[in-house]
Amino acid sequence: MKKLRHMMNPLDFSVEELERLFDLAGNIERDMEGYSHKCDGRILATCFYEPSTRTRLSFETAMLRLGGKCMGFADANSSSAAKGESVADTIRVISCFADICAMRHPKEGAPMVAASKSTIPVINAGDGGHQHPTQTLTDLLTIRSLYGKLGGFTIGLCGDLKFGRTVHSLIEALSRYEGIRFIFISPNELKVPDYITEMLRQKGIDYEEVVRLEEVMSQLDFLYMTRVQKERFFNEEDYIRLKDFYILNKEKMALAKESMYILHPLPRVNEISVEIDDDPRAAYFRQVQYGMYVRMALILTLLGIE
Amino acid sequence: MLNIGKIEEGFVLDHIQAGKSMQIYRHLGLDKLDSTVAIIKNAKSRAMGKKDILKVECDINSLDLDVLAFIDHNITVNVIKEGEIIEKRSLDLPKEITGVIKCHNPRCISSIEQELPQIFYLADEKKEIYRCRYCDEKYSETSLT
Repeated sequence: MKKLRHMMNPLDFSVEELERLFDLAGNIERDMEGYSHKCDGRILATCFYEPSTRTRLSFETAMLRLGGKCMGFADANSSSAAKGESVADTIRVISCFADICAMRHPKEGAPMVAASKSTIPVINAGDGGHQHPTQTLTDLLTIRSLYGKLGGFTIGLCGDLKFGRTVHSLIEALSRYEGIRFIFISPNELKVPDYITEMLRQKGIDYEEVVRLEEVMSQLDFLYMTRVQKERFFNEEDYIRLKDFYILNKEKMALAKESMYILHPLPRVNEISVEIDDDPRAAYFRQVQYGMYVRMALILTLLGIE
Repeated sequence: MLNIGKIEEGFVLDHIQAGKSMQIYRHLGLDKLDSTVAIIKNAKSRAMGKKDILKVECDINSLDLDVLAFIDHNITVNVIKEGEIIEKRSLDLPKEITGVIKCHNPRCISSIEQELPQIFYLADEKKEIYRCRYCDEKYSETSLT
């Protein structure tokens, strides 16, 4: 029997496995029609204990484009969690209905608990401030497609680096490739957690932490912007004080290389001015498209469909 | 001078940091053991000034001592059989510890699902850093249950 695989963390897949996944995503991009019946008769359960329309729609669209069907819930109130059911029990039930599950949960580690009890593949669709592996796969595929390879560039990560799970996952995933230099741009209150910098030091990977975006802009091949999320703060005062700290506008873009790309996990609030949207370096909407391709590739891979 | 009799089979845990013997008593589950246990607190020590010692009369295969290294890896474990020391066991940090530390991250799934085992893994052996298996939160001294 084939071993059941899950996607909890981008590091669950080796670099070689990720290469195969990205190659598959590339094939899907080039020949969408050729993959439109690969998941006929299969069902994806989207178990979203907190609302995230974008991620949920991306998963559902990915499955629909593969010919499969979707079911699930979009917030905890419309699930048995509201009655006090544990994550372990929920996944045991979902395993009886669906072929694969994408789970988002506000509590960190919940999808891992689900995976440990599940009989179907579970994809972590975001767990609190911890991991968001499919966003990372999206980011990696976007970088690989735009730059031609994963490695040999400088990436600046800007904004909420403390609570921003997309950033943590991305740094861990990129740390496996050669020649990547990280520049962390954030206010002191939202610096990248010590377990990340600890990991980079251990691996001998070059990184720098700065407060001002302008001073490093010209060095960057990629600028990864993040939103300062209100729900990650314990009090509103801190949120209001910090939310406008880093806003990308035309003046700052004038300092950047012509070949630099701007990425953003979206949704944005005001950290990227809309005047940037037509700049050819703005790649954040193309990133959404890559997100769907990579989720399609992931569903096929976890279901063991060639 | 306090005299405590020899044990036939079991362990003598020596060089315990003074004051930590009760913590070890709890974590080894010695309260549940139906055998002789001697707790010596604040014994004089040339090297440490004062120390705690635990003597446990039990089957030498009945105790899981992994947790000791996590609490204090300077402890000396003397294994006793037929009244003699047959082994001085060195302590290695366990790769994983279950039910010893509690995750204090309010965002961790273990904070709301109480029946989940509290599992921590050894993230950095050199710095002796343990992290929660679910949320990767770093353990700090105050997390000990």
